[in-house]
Amino acid sequence: MNTPLLEVEKVVAGYRPDLPIVHGISLNVGEAEMVTIIGPNGAGKSTLIKAIAGVVPISSGRVALGGRDITRLPTHTMAAASIAYVPQTANVFTTLTINENLLVGASSLPKAEAQRRIELGYENFPALKDYRHKKARVLSGGQRQMLAVARALLTEPRLIMLDEPSAGLSPLMVSEVFQRLKALVETGVAILMVEQNAKAALAISHRTYVFAEGRNRIDGPSKSIAEDPEVASIYLGAGGRKR
Amino acid sequence: MLQALADGILSGSIIALGAIGLTLTMGILRFANFAHAELVTWGAYMALAVLGLTGAFLGPIAPFSFGIPLIFATLVAAVLTSLLALAIDWLVYRPLRQHTNHLTIVFGSFGVSLLVRMVILLIFGGAAQYYSRTLQIAVPVLPGMRILPDQLFTLGITAIIVVGLHFFLQKTRLGLAMRALAENPELARVNGLDTRVVVRWTWVIGASLATVAGVLYGLTVQLRPEIGFHLILPLFAAVILGGVGNVFGAVIGGLIVGLAESFAVLIVPAGYKMAVPFIILLAVLYLRPTGIFAGSVGGAK
Repeated sequence: MNTPLLEVEKVVAGYRPDLPIVHGISLNVGEAEMVTIIGPNGAGKSTLIKAIAGVVPISSGRVALGGRDITRLPTHTMAAASIAYVPQTANVFTTLTINENLLVGASSLPKAEAQRRIELGYENFPALKDYRHKKARVLSGGQRQMLAVARALLTEPRLIMLDEPSAGLSPLMVSEVFQRLKALVETGVAILMVEQNAKAALAISHRTYVFAEGRNRIDGPSKSIAEDPEVASIYLGAGGRKR
Repeated sequence: MLQALADGILSGSIIALGAIGLTLTMGILRFANFAHAELVTWGAYMALAVLGLTGAFLGPIAPFSFGIPLIFATLVAAVLTSLLALAIDWLVYRPLRQHTNHLTIVFGSFGVSLLVRMVILLIFGGAAQYYSRTLQIAVPVLPGMRILPDQLFTLGITAIIVVGLHFFLQKTRLGLAMRALAENPELARVNGLDTRVVVRWTWVIGASLATVAGVLYGLTVQLRPEIGFHLILPLFAAVILGGVGNVFGAVIGGLIVGLAESFAVLIVPAGYKMAVPFIILLAVLYLRPTGIFAGSVGGAK
């Protein structure tokens, strides 16, 4: 088997080193693969992807992208290392215009190239083009999610990590966002996302990891996870019981 | 009456220059830097020192009391003040940023302000000093309103800086990075911005504007080690009035504070002048704590 695109090995992480939230989680994501993380509240799902993105410090373990060790790289160099991260809340700069949001996302690129990719982004997300000189705070939740994804794509990452892309969206908007993500994977980008909306996420992703209390519990093809009675018991028992 | 208007706009524009730097550093670094006003004093004295070293080898340019040497000295002083600001950030604020309690860094800035003031007192002494002893004749602008050429120069420089800074924040990559950082530092880093670099530039811009404010103060009033001490309240009043992080708001806030001070003297004894910004500050915090134009770095919206 080829080495996966993203390898996470026994990562321990938390905002404070003496209070880890993630207790040695391992996972991997293949090229152009869509992987979902689900689990009860406090399972360490968001903390893990923040740790991979360099936002939350990693105290032990290893993260590699395409075979290159990226554990503890400074956050601002992650985009150049081909990883994009879209936070759950406050995922756009509301005081900046849509165009300025995209310019910030492209700030590591030469000006002409940045402009070219921003125009490309508007072609892929035409709804954003009409608002380009409006402040991002006028956008709806779904439009903000689109803007955040469009901005993440500017650096042409190999992996995009999303923290609950469906949070706070209407059911119609959720399916639109998920269709977008599915289309993205078809272009060769890998996606790792945390989701509370387990049903919709399991339906479109290739594989799923179930976390509880900062540890791996179950993983496998999304189809079999959806049918696994164990998953429901992890949610109901809040991960209290051992397998 | 008219004279109070002219005086108010003049001292207001100097307050505005200091307040712009303070509002930028407060918006981006997220703490109330009580040492900012000392950068104004430091900048003013550094210009005096450079002027003393180079000497007034070129005479003043009529009708002003100063010439090329003071402009050159201001530029050198801006560099020296920026270096001081960066050194303070590195030595004092950077270690304190690790603390979870936000007040720690604010108290740190109190200590820094005392230290800088005393160092200036130690080097330059407490007596008032001047950039130039040239006497100037005030020009009547309107009946009952006389302004010195240096004061007109002060107004012009302030206007140019405000317009230039607005352009810088709106149109340049660094300006955009500063606005992004002011709103959400974590999202800025996730987007590939090296926030440490942006923070350094913020200090340089804040310190340079403080220097210009200090030189203009020295030019139109006099140089004393307490310049900064007397400016702390007016600066904070202007910043809070305009909304923290709002450059345009800081300018308007500075003018309001300057005008309020000069008009207050018409009604109450001059000794109470210093209380005016304090009253403004309390009134704003009570009535509209986010300022007149609540906003982030980048001006009015």
